[in-house]
Formats: sequence, C-alpha cells, structure tokens
Amino acid sequence: MKHLHTSVRKRGLVFGGTDMNSTVRVGWMSALAVATLASLGVGGCKAPKDGGAAGETSTKATQNLDVKAIKVGEYSSMTGETATFGQESDAGIQYALAEINAAGGIEVAGKKYPVTVELQDDQSKPEEAKTVAVKFASDADIIAVLGEVASSRSKTAAPEYQRAGIPMISPSSTNPDVTKVGDYIFRVCFIDPFQGYIMAKFAKDELKLSNVAVLRDPSQDYSVGLADAFIKEFTAMGGKISTDVSYKASDSDFRSQLGQVKTTNADGVFIPGYYGEVGTIARQAREIGIKAPLMGGDGWDSSELVKGAGGPGGALEGAYFSTHYSASETSKRVQDFVAAYKKAKGMEPAALVAQGYDAMMILADAIKRAGSFERAKVRQALAETKDYDAVTGRITLDENRNANKSGVVVQIKGDKFVYTKTIEPKN
Amino acid sequence: MDQFLQILINGIQLGSVYVLIALGYTMVYGVLRLINFAHSDVFMVGSFVGFYTCGWLKVTAQKTVFAGLVQLLPVLLIAMAACVLLGLVIERFAYRPLRRAPRLTALITAIGVSLFIEGAAQLPFVFGVNPKFYPEILPFGPDSTIQAGGITISKHQLVMVVVSAILVAVLWYIVQKTKMGKAMRAVSHDFDAAGLMGIPTDNVIAFTFSIGAALAAAGGVLFGGLTFKSLLPLMGVQMGLKAFVAAVVGGIGSIPGAMLGGLLMGISESFIKGAPHIKFGATDFDPSRWTDAVAFMILILVLLIRPAGLLGKNTPEKV
Amino acid sequence: MTKPINYVIALAIIGVLATLSVMLPIYMDDLVYRVLMLSGIAVIMAVSLNLINGFTGQFSIGHAGFQAVGAYVGAALTVYGHNDIFGHLPKDGQIGTGWMSLAVGAGPMVASMIAGGLAAALIGYVVGLPSLRLRGDYLAIVTLGFGEIIRVVVENNDAVGGPRGFSGNLDLGVSVPAITNFFWVFGVAIAVILFARNLRFSISGLQYLAVREDEVAAQAVGIDTTRTKVNAFVIGSFFAGVGGALFAHYEQTILISSFNFVRSFDFVTIVVLGGLGSVTGSILSAVVLTALPEILRSSLGAQFNQYRLVTYALLLIVMMLVRPQGIFGRGELSIAKLRSKSKKYATQ
Repeated sequence: MKHLHTSVRKRGLVFGGTDMNSTVRVGWMSALAVATLASLGVGGCKAPKDGGAAGETSTKATQNLDVKAIKVGEYSSMTGETATFGQESDAGIQYALAEINAAGGIEVAGKKYPVTVELQDDQSKPEEAKTVAVKFASDADIIAVLGEVASSRSKTAAPEYQRAGIPMISPSSTNPDVTKVGDYIFRVCFIDPFQGYIMAKFAKDELKLSNVAVLRDPSQDYSVGLADAFIKEFTAMGGKISTDVSYKASDSDFRSQLGQVKTTNADGVFIPGYYGEVGTIARQAREIGIKAPLMGGDGWDSSELVKGAGGPGGALEGAYFSTHYSASETSKRVQDFVAAYKKAKGMEPAALVAQGYDAMMILADAIKRAGSFERAKVRQALAETKDYDAVTGRITLDENRNANKSGVVVQIKGDKFVYTKTIEPKN
Repeated sequence: MDQFLQILINGIQLGSVYVLIALGYTMVYGVLRLINFAHSDVFMVGSFVGFYTCGWLKVTAQKTVFAGLVQLLPVLLIAMAACVLLGLVIERFAYRPLRRAPRLTALITAIGVSLFIEGAAQLPFVFGVNPKFYPEILPFGPDSTIQAGGITISKHQLVMVVVSAILVAVLWYIVQKTKMGKAMRAVSHDFDAAGLMGIPTDNVIAFTFSIGAALAAAGGVLFGGLTFKSLLPLMGVQMGLKAFVAAVVGGIGSIPGAMLGGLLMGISESFIKGAPHIKFGATDFDPSRWTDAVAFMILILVLLIRPAGLLGKNTPEKV
Repeated sequence: MTKPINYVIALAIIGVLATLSVMLPIYMDDLVYRVLMLSGIAVIMAVSLNLINGFTGQFSIGHAGFQAVGAYVGAALTVYGHNDIFGHLPKDGQIGTGWMSLAVGAGPMVASMIAGGLAAALIGYVVGLPSLRLRGDYLAIVTLGFGEIIRVVVENNDAVGGPRGFSGNLDLGVSVPAITNFFWVFGVAIAVILFARNLRFSISGLQYLAVREDEVAAQAVGIDTTRTKVNAFVIGSFFAGVGGALFAHYEQTILISSFNFVRSFDFVTIVVLGGLGSVTGSILSAVVLTALPEILRSSLGAQFNQYRLVTYALLLIVMMLVRPQGIFGRGELSIAKLRSKSKKYATQ
C-alpha cells in the first residue's frame, strides 16, 4: 500500500476541485487572459478598407506618403539556429545604413531623406517570419523590406509582402522558388541552379574531373538545393557522380561517409555545406587519405573557414569554392569596401555581410532612381536595376527578379581566398 | 574487412563522447528519477569554457601527443570545475525545491533551465552566436595519423577514446569502491530508505550532479579540442538528444547501461553512415539520409523487447 | 436525447462564428487577427495534448509530430487532389474571406481535417501501442523518437518538398489553398473543448482519471488500462492532426523543421502551466503564451529581443517553483463553483 500512499501524498487532491487559493489564482489568470485579449481587441481595430468587397483579404495598408524619414523593414534570424547568418547579414545592412546616413540620406526628387531600419528578429522560425511580415505589411510607413537570409523563411513571408505590395529584397536566399511568389519579391544573389552550374563547369572544364562525390545535409534547404543543382549540371556536361552521401551539420564525425567516398575513387568531392562543418569534414577527409580536390559553394565564405581544418595550410589548402566576390579581387570597389569595413569593425567582412550591404545599397539606389516613395514606383525601379556596381559583383536584376551576375571561383591559399576564375551565366 | 574495422573504430570514438554525456543523464535519473534536459547545455558550456581557457593559457600546437596532453590537462580541469559549479547551482535552485513535485513539473523546469542557458549563451556578452574553433593542441597534418595495415587511426580519435576510458574508469572506481559511491547506489535504489538509513541524500544528489557535470564538461572539451567542429550555443541539443537516447537504450539509471548504450549508438550510427547505397532498378537508396530515423527505431525496438533498456532493471510495481 | 435547446444553441454558435469569420478580417488589425488564429490553433493543440498528459497521466513529448502528420497529409490532399476533387478551388489557393469563400472552402477544409486527423490518429495508435509495455519516462522517449522519425521521413520525401518546405506542387501549378479561417479554427477549438469536457465527466473520462491516479488499482477494479491509454493517444493525436491541417492551410507553406521537439516542448509547457488535467487551464495558457510574446515584441522593441529567450525561460522556472501544479491545478473554472463561492463569502 506504500505505493498508493505516496501517490496520493505526491499528487495532492485526487479529483480536481478548486481549493480556495486556486480560486484566487484562477481569477488572476483569467484576468490576465482577458486583459491580453482585450488589449488585442482594443489595439486591434482598423478602419474598413475603402470600397473593399467583402470577399477580399484585406492586407493592403494604404501607404503613408508624407515621409520625413525613409523607413525600411528588416527581418532576420538574430537568434536561434541560423543566428550567425542573420547577424552577419544585419551587420552588412547596418554598415550600409551608417554609410547612407553619413552622406545625409537618400536623395529623392532633389531632397535628401535620412533612412531608418526597423529590425525584427524571427528567431530562425518560419511562423515568426510570417508574423513579422504581417506586422510590416500593416505598417503604412514602410517603403520596402530586407530579408530573409534563409530561403525557407523568405518563401514563407514573401506572399504577405506580395499581397501588401511592399517590395522585398532578400540578400542571400538562393532557392529559385522565392522570387516566383510574385513581382514584388527580389533577391540580390544568384540562385542555386546557377551556383550548381558554376562549380560543375569549373570542375569539368578547369579541374577536368569526371567522377565527383557529393556530400549533402538533407535537413538543410541550401545544401539540398545546391547539391541537386550541381548533380544536374555536372551530369548534363557528361560527368559522373561517384556517390551522394549525407551528413548532419551537427555531427562531429564524418569519417564513415568519407570512407564510403574513398571506396568510389572519386576524383573530386563537392561539399555544399556551411563553414562551421566544412573544415572538420576536410580535415577528416585528408586524414583517411582522400587526396582529391575539395569543392564547395558560398556557404564556405567566411574568414573562420580554415580554422576547423587546421588553420592556414591545413586540410582545406588548395580547395575551391564558388562565391560572389573575392576579397583579393583587384576590383577597387571590393578593395575599398573590405579595407573600410576592416578598419571600422576590426575584421574582414564575411560574404553575408557584403550581401546585406549590397541589398541595402541597391534598395537605396532604386529609391533614388524612382524619385518617389511610392512602393509601386520603387518596385519598378528595382526591377530596372542594371549593371549596378555592387561589392558582390555587377548586378542586373533579370525578368525573374534574380541577380544576373557572374560568379567567382576562389582557391584557398593560406588564410586567403585567391581569385581563380569568373564564370558567366549561361545566357 | 579493413573498411569494416575502420567504421567500427569511428563508431567507438563517436560513442565515447556519447558515453561521457549519457553517464550524466543516467546518474541523475538514477538518484532523482529526473531527466535533466539542461545536461546537454552543461556539455556546451564546458566546451566553451575550455575554448576560452585555451586562449587564456595560450595553448598552441605541440609536436608530440604527450606535450599536447600536458596542455590539455589544465583546460580539462578548469572546464570541469566550472561545470561542476554550474551543475550544483542548477540542482540547488531549480531542482531541489521540486523533489516532491509531479514528474512533468520537474521536466518543465529542466527544459526551462536548458532554454535559459541556451538563451544566455547567445547573448553577445556571454558566448555570442558566431562559431568558435579550438586551437590546435595535438600534432596535426601528416603526423596526426597512425597507420595499421589498411586502417587509419587519427591520433585525435585515439586520445579521445583513451581519455574517455580513463574518466569512465575513475567514475567506476568512485561508484564501486568509495563510500560516496555506495551512498549513490543506495539512493538510486530507494531514496526514502536511504534517507532513513542516515545517508545525507541532499549531499549525495549534489555529488551526483557534480560528477555528471564534470563528465559532460570533459566531453565538451574533448569534442571541441579533438574534432575541431565549430562551437555554437545550440551545439548541445543534437548531441544531448543522441546521448540521452543512448542512456535510455542502455537502461537509464544504469551506469554500465550508459556505457553500452553510448557505444552502441556510436557504432550503429557509424555503420549506417558508412553503408554503401542500395540500388534496385532505378531507385537509389542512400542509408546515410536515414541515420537519425534509424537511431530512434533502434531505440524503439530495444524498448519493445526490453522495456527498461538493455541493462536496466525492470522493477515491478509493488502495491 | 439531446434537448431541442441544445440544437438552437449550436446553430447560434455556428452563426456567430460564421459572421465573425467574415467580419473580423475586414475590421480587425491583421497582426491581431493572426495572433488570434494562432492562439486558436494553440488551444486545439493544448487541449488535445491534455487528453494524453493531463487526463491519462501519460508522458507524451512528441505532440508536434502528430501535428506535422496532420499538416502534411491534409496539405498533400488539397494539393494533389486538386485536379480530381477540388477543382473548384483556384490554383493559387486564394479564396478570400467572405461568405462565398466560407462555402467554397468548406468541403476541402473538412476533407483535409478528417484526412489529417485520421492519419495522425493512426500514428497515435502506433505510438500508443508501446504503452503496453512502457512506463512514464520510457514512453516519453518513444514519443520523442516518433517525432524525429516523422521529420526524417518528410525530409526525404520530395513530393512534399523535403527540407525546403511544402507550399504546393510547381509542376501542377497548385498551391496549398488558404482555406483555414476563423470559423474553422474556433469551431474546432470549441468542439475539442466540449468533447474534452464531456469526456471528463463521463464514465470513460473517469477511467482515464483512474489510470492517471493509480494504474495498478485501476487495473485491479477491472479497467482495461492499455485500451484506455491507447485511446487517449488516438483521440489526442486525432485532434492534433486536425490542428495540423488547419495550420497548414493557414500558413500555406509548411516546413518540417517547425514541427520539432522544441515545438513539442512548447505544447507541454502550455499544458503544464495551465494545469495538467484542466481544460480551462489549457485554454487560458495557450492564449496567453501565444499572444504575450507578440504584445511584448510590439511594446518592447528590438534591443530587448535578445533577452526574450532568457526571460521566457526564467518565467517558466519561477512559475514551476512557485506553483508546480499549474495555474488551475486539476480544477476547472465553472459558473456554479464561482456562484457557490460568492454565496459562501456573502453569508459570512
């Protein structure tokens, strides 16, 4: 019977019923809930849309054109799983913002207006990205929105911006589906199919590889997209994929998969992952005797990349990856940017920083060209972006609102990423 | 055959980190019947503290394994000490008040502590969200592997397995041969009776938490320093989940169970990842994509056959 | 025999819900409306979890997995069934929120909710079966494990987008339709609440509670404990699946990474905070925990955002230390009890 006793003692009253203290707390909790709902309700009314038919979804907040400062929204993953990338992108945007405001702001129809950015964190969660989108969509002052870093969240939020008629510019979402949502959705980076093409072409034409192994992370949108794109392009060029194995970014040991790769005698290994794990993968690959060249995508682009591989001269020495720009590129634009950023922040800008910077700058340029704060006009100007001299390349936004620009392949030498080749888009 | 042995060795090394973390889960469960969700974050904190200690002590790459180990030792000890403190604080302020509360309540608190540590770690003035990498400690490059026939064993792997084994042996000694160990075993067998016998249960529980935390910290330092994977505030989540599953598979509450479970999880994971594709007709099945699912299926299978885990004791409920 | 007055009340409720469903999107602020909808879905998830954890005392921490099953199966039905069954829906899935759209979307919504619910219930049955042999914490791990297995299955299934999320099928040109509206969310929420309440005070409900209090004793008095526990899983997961289908057709893009164990823990937190076994507690807790972060976000501004997680965690810990049984404990809020309490104090 001991069991019964302890269970009754531990679990308190047998069958519910509120005791007196409960009633007090019940009242308190109900009051809190009612207050919550009430505050939602009170703050929650809006004027019915002008002449709107009852059947329409009403998310268009009429834009407030009496502008004193240009308001831009930004949604980014400042916390959570992809916090690193969200914060890097934001760093670039804030840096651009400082630069714009130092020059007095954006010039619209002859007068300069300062810019403010409202940053909202989506905690790396898609529902939060959508909630922020709903919030921004009902903000009459916002002219355009920057975000998101991850394709999955861009895809979830984009329909809201499209419906509200607010231009959205993603600095780095590479999934082609993002811009397919509508004509208000833009990106200033290239898309996975093109990046897959870059590395496939380089592997085939420059490195003369014919039997490449692929290592992918099936839980990451970016990794899957780029791996599939590479495989498609490489096989179309006549190459063979020796094997396609999977890992998880949170793993610490990749030797088993690499052992598999070794048995297939691959003459190259393509690892479209992020710099956090690539160093370790490379190190272990070399350890078990894989001598083939290693290749990757722009997820590798960070000054921290070689640390996991044993530092400069370590396992990643001589490896190649495709990216948007090379800090060693002789273009003045890049050199100036890198030097200035390094002076201001004490470190070299990661690729995402440069992309965030470009997104903000391209938006500023479009607003200036539009000569107006009207969202539709800004959208039009964005769509007309041609040969913009960005840090990450010469950017033209094509008919699908993707950045039409060349990609760069760099080689890792020491702690530098040395420019190797430019690959032009197919058309 | 070589390939088989290679995968086995990888698995053992992988398993040794799981073992270090699983031991903490299993010991705390043994004495408190509580799943300490914050344990995986202690692992993370240990790894980060070790990282900062390396910087503070100016740890650099060494020519020999021995010299490397000499450098590693103070890092290990400092990280372990820091995490023991953390574990004690958590136990004293978050878990002790809930000794008599319903299970789910304690679980929620454990989750709360875990979220708190993760959230705090992401703050810029604590660890921040940018990945960090340990400096090289042991020799690397061409010197870093030992060839034995067709098999390559990395010195890092070897050190990890050996150090883990030493720590586990120390734990074993404490549990089996010391008075405190006896007290721990008594408390996990029957909490109330142990108290009635005059065992200071609060002290025993505090001690259990300390050892668990120390082992997790050691796991964190070994993980960071020997695999060179990037350190992130959320790195404990996946490792913790796998280690926890390992502890349950082995029989939660049982120390040899945690060891067996950890090694089993490591080895099975290694084999699945290293398995060649299965091709039939046009379809190409890649086993490595299903690693996580298989791990949990093993768990479910084991529990269906032996509900208390492989080495767990199925204590019948007495009425 | 149900009294005729009950039918009238039911019709009235349906009428009110339908009217609100048409009026609210027009008059209510979009953000508030979204929070309201998400709260409604959270209520469905919380009450359904309470059936398993609260009423029957089991330890399920994989509830998001059932929601995922419901979401994916429901969405797959409306997308892949578009050409054959739901051809009346526009391909881009936008049907608006008026009276017509209520009618147009009703068929697909009900079909997808039933499909999602049944699929989730099936998985719930499979997950509940081990409860035959497993107790407490072990069962918890199994529920967690199933959630992870579901995640891997979806990630490797390109038909539903894999890790890239499911928002429709590009080849067919069909998007996941936006057929979830206030009517369905709150209609289902009310249904689940009524169901739980009726269950609680029914013979089956008493069996659930008996199993929770003392399984051995329950078995000794002849209750089929295994059947009871499995039933709890099946019913709880059915409603979770329905909640998932509603969620999928509200967001129109679903990502399997959203339905992870963190989400499961969120549901468990809501239920425990509200009080295990208390339906009222689950409702209030779901609403507060869904709405409060948004209110704080609006009022506190961006720089406090990095402290959000830490603050939430601290609140959780303090809450558990101060009142471990949750706000409502086991009890429910009822008008009769409040009346009798006030009478009691009035006579003193």
